[in-house]
Amino acid sequence: MAIRFKKRPGLVAYITCGDPDLDTSREVALAAIGAGADVIELGVPFSDPVADGPVIQRASERALQHGATLEGVLGAAKRIREQSEAGLIIFSYLNPILQYGLDRFCAAAATAGVDGALVTDLPVEEAGDYLQAMKIHQLAPVFLAAPTSTDERLRAIAKHSRGFVYAISRTGITGARQELTSDARTLVERLRGFTKLPIAVGFGVSTPEQFAEVGSFADAAVVGSAIVQCVEQNRGREAAAVAEFLRSLTGAANHAKVGQ
Amino acid sequence: MEETASNDSEMPSVKPAPADSKPERRRSTAGRFGVYGGRYVPETLMAALHELDKAYALARRDKSFRDEFRGLLADFAGRPTPLFFAQRLTQQLGGAKIYLKREDLLHTGAHKINNCIGQALLARRMGKHRIIAETGAGQHGVATATVCALFGMECVVYMGTEDMRRQELNVFRMRLLGAEVRGVDSGSRTLKDAINEAMRDWVTNVRTTHYLLGSVLGAHPYPTMVRDFHRVIGQEARKQILKAEGRLPSAVIACVGGGSNAIGIFFDFIKDQDVKLIGVEAGGRGHALGEHAARFDGGGPGVLQGTYSYVLQDTAGQIAATHSVSAGLDYPAIGPEHALLHDEGRAEYVSASDEAALDACQALARLEGIIPALESAHAVAECIQRVPTMSQSDIVVVNVSGRGDKDIGILREKLQF
Repeated sequence: MAIRFKKRPGLVAYITCGDPDLDTSREVALAAIGAGADVIELGVPFSDPVADGPVIQRASERALQHGATLEGVLGAAKRIREQSEAGLIIFSYLNPILQYGLDRFCAAAATAGVDGALVTDLPVEEAGDYLQAMKIHQLAPVFLAAPTSTDERLRAIAKHSRGFVYAISRTGITGARQELTSDARTLVERLRGFTKLPIAVGFGVSTPEQFAEVGSFADAAVVGSAIVQCVEQNRGREAAAVAEFLRSLTGAANHAKVGQ
Repeated sequence: MEETASNDSEMPSVKPAPADSKPERRRSTAGRFGVYGGRYVPETLMAALHELDKAYALARRDKSFRDEFRGLLADFAGRPTPLFFAQRLTQQLGGAKIYLKREDLLHTGAHKINNCIGQALLARRMGKHRIIAETGAGQHGVATATVCALFGMECVVYMGTEDMRRQELNVFRMRLLGAEVRGVDSGSRTLKDAINEAMRDWVTNVRTTHYLLGSVLGAHPYPTMVRDFHRVIGQEARKQILKAEGRLPSAVIACVGGGSNAIGIFFDFIKDQDVKLIGVEAGGRGHALGEHAARFDGGGPGVLQGTYSYVLQDTAGQIAATHSVSAGLDYPAIGPEHALLHDEGRAEYVSASDEAALDACQALARLEGIIPALESAHAVAECIQRVPTMSQSDIVVVNVSGRGDKDIGILREKLQF
């Protein structure tokens, strides 16, 4: 029940919950944990995912068509927690949380055994009420840091983050890319000056080489779109396919299997 | 463009307006209109928003910027626009005297050019030579393509494919002006989806690109900045009506999609408590969620595309589909300053149906020789509804925000004559 990275690089696995249904998402999460994921980001589907590329957009649309809601995702989290000690983060856009109610969300997340949350479109300046509610319920707020963030912003992001800081590898939306830019390494180096928290690098990590490369300068890699795409392309055997994919991804970094 | 809006470029305070604070502040402080507004965007864009905020704060205090802006408004866009007494419409309705603010006469055919000139000047000051924009009806896209041609800037316009279909003429105009029009095939394939795609482009190319947002929407400083660039509409109208009638109007009526033409004409009348401000939303074809775009008739506070305002959404916070015959009003959120004006009771918001707007469009065409844009026809529809109940000593100013040439295709389809 904590955010801890056992190996370097640690593995943070993002799943769009409810694609194709919440039961499958739970199985995928448990399979990812079995394949070495330290933290699962449970993505709450949103109708207007402005920070996401086509893969997560499509998954979100499918999940919404099948009726996935924040409440459903919290239910899935609770069931994952019953079977695993891995870190669990709710990954959402702000509006579903606002409509659910900020306090109600934090209380429900804490009850479900969730460790923290990351709200894509909630920068630190706007997070006063959110931080207060998260603190009351002992949840870890994880903030994004971007290559465009100024030092002043990185300081504030580091100050208010708990668990880990999520460093965005490049300007842009989520989705696989051929190579990581130098932005990622520079950003992590800059962030180290402001925090001792683990730093996870995400956006575009999809190959064993990229995973290993992230390990050379960051504490963990976030794999998102590649997992969501794996789910999309392996109907009926989503969990097994994701486990295989993650094992091949982490193998190159001699990332020993953990959990199971 | 005067010293009305405060700017906040101080860094990160991590103290948002508390959710229960009273919406008493008229002016935008820290990007807020009462509890509405704010900056709800991915972290990657925050530095760009601060940069824009700072650049705008400096520019609006810079006389050379203001002079160039005003010069282009006059010589390129064709300001001031006339305030025209609609004699035959007034006679026909038999109530208040009706004046039309003729934004339809501006270069490119709508008020949108005001904001585009302002933001293009600002982008040039910031050294950003790639411009992106979203468009619904295509009027903002055309105005953006126009200023980009004028300033020699690269221009990419995102437009929903449904809107490209119904506003075909404007798609061609943008291309003729040298802009690249990128069709957006996600969601309802309308304005909201075009904004999503423009935001994705911006988040990717933020270092070189300025997002020329077309309404009083989005994250701070857009709602304040875009309003300031359109304030000239109300400043002119106020002077013109005082000159024509020696007194202020009883009411000012404007259509409200995002709300830029409305806030533009409202703003300088806000302090005149006796002047009713009436915003007209798209009533579409029915009251059910998904059939209209009347945010104050079924919407509630929420966050969409960077700002906290009234949003049409379901109980789980998913954004609802909308419908309007006019692409420019077909959007699920409203500018945050309108949300405050609504809550304060300073402005009244009503809606007009597709049918009423089509009727009003024909009425204005036949009685005054003016074919309004279908967006503006919503304001005319409310005028037609309201004026007969008013006294002949009343005066109403209607903002004709754009001309209807772009709507000829859809008018022909709907009216079938």
